[in-house]
This record gives sequence, C-alpha cells and structure tokens, in this order.
Amino acid sequence: MAATFPAERPRAEEKMHSTASGGGPSQRTRRAPWADTAFSLLAHGAAWLTLALLAGIIVSLVIGAWPAIAEYGLSFLWRSEWDPVQNKYGGLVMIYGTLATSFIALLIAVPVSFGIALFLTELAPSWLRRPLGVAIELLAAVPSIVYGMWGLLVFGPILATYVQQPLQRLVGDTPVLGSLVSGAPVGIGILSAGIILAIMVIPFIASVMRDVFETTPALLKESAYGLGSTTWEVVWKVVLPYTKSGVIGAIMLGLGRALGETMAVTFVIGNFNQLNSLSLFEAANSITSALANEFAEASPGLHQASLIYLGLVLFFITFVVLVLSRFLLSRLKRNEGTRT
Amino acid sequence: MSFSTLSPAKMSIHRHRKRVNVMALVLSLGAMSFGLFWLAWILFETFRLGLGGMALAVFTQMTPPPQAETGGLLNAIAGSMIMVSLATALGTPIGVMAGVYLAEYGQKTWLGQVTQFISDILLSAPSIVIGLFIYSVVVAQLRSYSAFAGILALALIVIPVVIRTTENMLSLIPNALREAAYALGTPKWKVISAVTLKAARAGVITGILLALARIAGETAPLLFTALSNQFWSTSLADPMASLPVTIFKFAMSPYENWRDLAWAGVLIITLGVLALNILARVLFRNKQ
Repeated sequence: MAATFPAERPRAEEKMHSTASGGGPSQRTRRAPWADTAFSLLAHGAAWLTLALLAGIIVSLVIGAWPAIAEYGLSFLWRSEWDPVQNKYGGLVMIYGTLATSFIALLIAVPVSFGIALFLTELAPSWLRRPLGVAIELLAAVPSIVYGMWGLLVFGPILATYVQQPLQRLVGDTPVLGSLVSGAPVGIGILSAGIILAIMVIPFIASVMRDVFETTPALLKESAYGLGSTTWEVVWKVVLPYTKSGVIGAIMLGLGRALGETMAVTFVIGNFNQLNSLSLFEAANSITSALANEFAEASPGLHQASLIYLGLVLFFITFVVLVLSRFLLSRLKRNEGTRT
Repeated sequence: MSFSTLSPAKMSIHRHRKRVNVMALVLSLGAMSFGLFWLAWILFETFRLGLGGMALAVFTQMTPPPQAETGGLLNAIAGSMIMVSLATALGTPIGVMAGVYLAEYGQKTWLGQVTQFISDILLSAPSIVIGLFIYSVVVAQLRSYSAFAGILALALIVIPVVIRTTENMLSLIPNALREAAYALGTPKWKVISAVTLKAARAGVITGILLALARIAGETAPLLFTALSNQFWSTSLADPMASLPVTIFKFAMSPYENWRDLAWAGVLIITLGVLALNILARVLFRNKQ
C-alpha cells in the first residue's frame, strides 16, 4: 500500500542505527551514539515500566489477599457474612451492591446517552454541536466527589420525599413491589447510588458514542437519505449496524467506569454490610465503598486481606469489561477502512 | 400534494414512518435536555452552597475541629497542590517517554501493541485499586502513611493519561517532517526531541493539563496512602491533608461548620478542574 510506505522509512533508518551502534563504522552514529542509545533505552524503559505496573498491581493484590484466599477460596464470593468482630468475611453483599448499582446506572444511562449522541450527530444545528459537545465532555470531567456530595445532601432527600414516600403509599402493601421500596426514607441505598452513577457515566458514554457515530461514512448516510429514509431510519438501520461494535464498546467503557467508581457511590449507598431485603432504598454496600470506609481502619490480618480480596475481585471484573470494550472499539477502527 | 396520488395503504405506511421519526427525534431532544438538566442542577447547587461557605478564612486558616467558630482549608489546599504538582512532575516524564516509544519506536512490535493496550486498561482502571497497590508496596512496607505514597498513587494515574495524548499527538505529525530531519543526518533522538516532540508540544501540554485536572479531584487513591492531616504539614514522610479527602471527611460529618467548608472545597475543586479543562481545550485549539 502506498499510504503506509512513508511510515516504513524511519523504521529502516532505525535499523541502520542499531546495527551501526553495535560497532559499524557509520559516521553519523559515531557523533552521538550514546545519546541515541540512552534515549532509546529511556523510551523502552518507560514502556516496560507500564507493563511492570500492571503486573505489579496484580501480584501485589494477590499477595495481599492471600490469607483470605487461603481461608475461604472462591466461597468468599457467595458468603454474605461480613463480621469484623468475629473475624468472618464474605464478599457477596459488596459484590451484589457493585453489580446492582452499575446495572441500574446502565439501564438509565444507555438510552439517554444514545439519545444525546443521536442529537449531537444528526439533529443539532451545526453551530450548536460544538458547545453542546463540550458541555457534555466537561460534565465527564467533574470530579466524582462533587457528584457524591450533591447526591448525599441535595438529591437524596428529594428522592426520598418525592419518589420513595409516594411509592411506599402506592405499593407499600403489595408483597413483591412493597419490599422493593421499603426502608427509612433518607434517600440512600442502591437506587440513589445507581442514579448518581448514571448521571456520572452518561456524559462518558455519550461522548464516546458520538465519536463512534461520526465514523460512519457520509456516503452511506447520504445514500440512505437519498432513498427517502427518515433521520431515525438512517440512525437505526444504517449508522447503528455500521457502528455496532463501537457502541457496545462505549457502553462497556461506561460500565467499567461505573463498577470502579468510589466516591459517588460511597456517599450515597449507606455502607451497611448486610443483605436483609431487596429494597432499592435500603442502605447497602459496594466493593469500592467498603474499601474506602474500612480499609484505613482495618486490622492487619484476615480483615485487611479480605478487603484486598474484594479489591482483587473488582479489578478482575473491570479488567474483563475493559478488555472487551477495547477489543470491540478497536474492531470498529479496523473495519473502518475496509467497509467504506 | 404529490402523496395524494398514492394508495391509502402506502399513505399509512408513510404516515407511520413519519410518526416514528418525529417521536424518536423528540425523545433524542429530551435525552439531551435530560443530560444538560443534571449538569445545570449540579453546578447550580455547587455554586449556591459553595459560595455560602466561602470566606477569606477558607484560604487563610487551617481545618478546624468540629463546631469551631472559624476555620478554613489552607492545609488541605496546600497539601493538594504539593501532591498534585509532584505527582505530575513524577508521572509526566515516564508518560511522555512511553508515548514516544509507542509512536516512534514500537508501532509494529509486540511490546508496542501490548503497552498500548495496557495503558488503555490502566487509563480506566478503578483508582481505588491503585491506592490498594501503593498501600501494599509502600505504606505496608514502611509502616506509615505518607504524602510520598499519595504522590506515587497519583503519579500512576497521570502516566496512562499522558501516554495516551502524547502518542496520539505524535502520530498526527506528518512523516515528511521526520524524513526531512533524517535526510539532514539528524540522529533519531534529536529528531524526536527537537522535531516531532516540539511540533506536538501543544498536544502534549494539553495531555499534562488533562492529567492534572484528573488527579486534582481524585479521592480514592489518597484515602489509605496520604491519609489526611488536621494540621499544617509539608513533610513528605508524614500523612498530608488533601482537598478531596478533607471534603469527604467533612461532608459525611453531622457538623454544620464542617459541611459548609466541604461545600466551599467542592466549589474550589470544581472551578479548578473546569478551568484546567477549558485551558487545555483553548490551548489545543489555538495550536491546531
């Protein structure tokens, strides 16, 4: 391919250099061989350091969690008891909290983000696209502690008074629905954590989705419009199928963010280590908020090891999700050239 | 209307498609306003309550005990600045060099591809896990919480952000520029440092600013590395207060004066992070 040919040129040059610095009598390398080698070593070293970081994180977590792994093995994942006084630990409550809050977050965030991305790529007048896109991206940059504090002190009370109490009056006596809304009306729990997470990941998913939608070749869209398609049909039947893997990648990226989010959840989930009911309004706990609240005060030994075990589980889940999302996003990028 | 010549069945399909389209577009408009509504609400409350807690004392006095009359966030603000700037100073060179490796040395090698993949993973890895990592390799070994450990944790977050932008910006530099430099007999390290990195300077600085903005608001990795400190401390070997951790502690407390200070702190952080983001954007756009 002609397009890639210039890119090969510096590479060839590099080869010349490396063989020359091995003792070849090239004039150019004699002038500054040490600087060239040093620079190359630095660059290589930095790359290796990044690899070592990931390996270091995994190894140190496994070592730190080892007492708990040896004690409980995989049964840690479905034991719901968390009792520092009797020194018995199980991660089910936190793992459930993490998964449930992220699930609620995605349930809200995915359709909304899709709508925003659609608006930004197809609907908005061009003078509005940039400012709105920037606003959404800025929303993604706001530190999570701001969301958390707002959720605890502003949003929580409103949710309790205007959503939970009416719901309790309405369905409080029905068996299944009633248990979903039971609990003291203070506005903390799985649901408010899920909503705060949704608000946090919406800008994140929306801006990646917009970028993904923009990779659709104009030619494809114009052909569809030319055949008389409506805007919705173009998006649903042309843009979405074309960008399928990228859209799923964007959602996974948001999921990874929601799973690993600490502060926004810690403020509003209530930090309660028992799973008494399935109520969406009952205080619960997530992996990240258990770590944030207990780790600094945990006694060394099984308690600390169990918390690190939770961290390892979290890292494993997010790792799988992120690897999947990167894979899907890169598949879109690869197909970009061939399908147009 | 030309449609009047169509059969009634076709007309109804046409009307149905139009209805679906209008409905979808209205929903999309609704989603957009839904997203902006939260942004406006959060910023409004942050300003309203933050300005309420704002006073000159916030910048001149130390964090107070509960229910004290006065008090500020001076030690927390200073602690945050010390840790954030040192973490950026530590993480940036590593990030830039790894970015240089990805763009200039290892594009088609296995190490390059693996590094790129891993830095992408690290970019969105849960920051609290980074805190756990630093806790077990630094805090647990030295047996004390320290600002130094906090700096390391933040630096680990800086690295992937800087790698990402450096690599992206370097790969935007046209190859003709490199070839021209090579043709003049320039050695590779000089081509990179004096030609390509220089051409990509604005983009690289944008990346550093974005990394700054990212770690300025990070709380989770500091919770059990730098811990917090009620008093003025500039020693890197001791626990150090930081704005986000202080906000976390104060906001969760039942004391009125602590909560007011927490809101003031949240306003400071929000303004700082937004300013850094906007600065990064303006800088990048001007150079493009």
